[in-house]
Amino acid sequence: MLVGLWKLTWIEIKIFMREPLGAIGTIVVPVVVFLVLGKIFGRGRALAAPSTNSFVHVGLPVLASLLIAVSAVLSLVTIISIYREGGILKRLRATPLRPYTILTAHVLVKLLLTAATLLLMVLAGKRYYPAGVHAPLFSFTIALLISTCSILSIGFLIASIVPTARFAQPIGAIIFYPMFGFSGLFTPVASFPPLLRIVSRMLPLTYAVGLLQGIWNGEAWSAHLGDIAALALGFVLCTTISTKVFRWE
Amino acid sequence: MPPVIQVSGVRKTYGPTVAVDEVSFDVNQGEIFGLIGPNGAGKTTTMECIEGLRTPDRGTISVLGLDPFRQVYQLQARIGVQLQQAQLQKRIKVWEAVDLWASLYHKKAIDAERLLESLGLTDKRDAWFMNLSGGQKQRLFIALALINDPEVVFLDELTTGLDPQARRAIWDLVRNIRKRGKTVFLTTHLMEEAERLCDRVAIIEHGRIIDIDTPVKLVDRHCPERTIVLATNDPSAEERFRTIPRVESVTSSDSRFTISGRGDDLVTSVIHCLSENHIPVTDFRTILPNLEDVFLKLTGHSIRE
Repeated sequence: MLVGLWKLTWIEIKIFMREPLGAIGTIVVPVVVFLVLGKIFGRGRALAAPSTNSFVHVGLPVLASLLIAVSAVLSLVTIISIYREGGILKRLRATPLRPYTILTAHVLVKLLLTAATLLLMVLAGKRYYPAGVHAPLFSFTIALLISTCSILSIGFLIASIVPTARFAQPIGAIIFYPMFGFSGLFTPVASFPPLLRIVSRMLPLTYAVGLLQGIWNGEAWSAHLGDIAALALGFVLCTTISTKVFRWE
Repeated sequence: MPPVIQVSGVRKTYGPTVAVDEVSFDVNQGEIFGLIGPNGAGKTTTMECIEGLRTPDRGTISVLGLDPFRQVYQLQARIGVQLQQAQLQKRIKVWEAVDLWASLYHKKAIDAERLLESLGLTDKRDAWFMNLSGGQKQRLFIALALINDPEVVFLDELTTGLDPQARRAIWDLVRNIRKRGKTVFLTTHLMEEAERLCDRVAIIEHGRIIDIDTPVKLVDRHCPERTIVLATNDPSAEERFRTIPRVESVTSSDSRFTISGRGDDLVTSVIHCLSENHIPVTDFRTILPNLEDVFLKLTGHSIRE
């Protein structure tokens, strides 16, 4: 079935590139926004005060990468619900293709596009974010991959439950974007009131932010085992529920 | 040779709704078998149980000797499926879809280009799915159903929504599938389609099979009435028509007569009577019942209602 997986993945990439705004929306826009932000904040401050804790040096790269991951997941949620509504999932299932092959192909497409976007950003960002050059990019990529898998599993849970394609994107956005506010990305979790702190600890994005910030700052993996465990737990939970409630039509 | 499809006592419910109830039938090698009935009668549910896409609550199904539930992947390698109202990715090209499907099957797929040509899709091979006409989409779905050279082909409401010309073209394609020795199982709510295409049909309503036979035998069994409409100015005609054996009623308005009776020889008898009595006719038509009438008779309502 590997042939089928590869063919389906390749076709889905081609189809995605044919969408109006498909490639532009996911790859070009984030890179351009990143560059514009970099032009506004990056250069001057980087030269003036190279403080490693500033939002520009740590927060922005983490925010940017998470935003890309979340938007990829949101588009996956939309695609899955469109495919379900149009009977495409059902048609694919009436072949020897295994169900997980179909879903894996979509995940692969999203991961590849996310990786492509990030690579472009790193290349483009080198000019504006001198700090980024010193960040452990390889470890950061692994950390982002772990975070993305966890976010993907939430996406799949949403895709399993949301009834129609029209609601998929907005519901996904309502669930994901507020998480950024509680994730400790803009304000440290420690400074939250107790109740908010509990909410924050319940959200997987908090752990993703913790992990990514730490790794970006050059901290050791061993300092973030808790984050990884939380992300893994979220992944296992959401994936288990998804496989139980996922509808093909 | 054992039947290709054996369905016995199948029942499927969705919550409180019984979609299919105690459905049993066999489909033989090399025939076009039609499951006919109105929308919501349980045609698609029955078909999807046989294809292994749904699991019946009760009953047994065997396709090519396989259990569609336990051996679904083995089965799907040997059957071809066209689903009702299915779609493909909007921007997938015709050749990409055929190429993808061909790669999914272990055995050597048939020549994709020749398949596209035989379905009249060669000049559309680079077109996006969303830009195809309804007939072209259905032809592509037939191509996908045939790509693995299947032994049994399932076609669910194949021509729904197509114009008459496209419909006729599709019917020819289906007859060609049978010509290649394959078994075809189809559903339709179009009685004309069933009558022209199917070797045998099963009439289903409210999830139950009402009768199964060849279209001709179904008509003979349930609607033996024959009606002849003719026009003549002969004043003695009506009286003479009434003496024809097996004539049940003669009605007239102006110079048009409607003669109803039973049996295949009714038409012969009427013609015989006309010539024997030198009755001049200016119009002569026979009205024979069809599957539509059979359905009306069996269910008490028209299939379109």
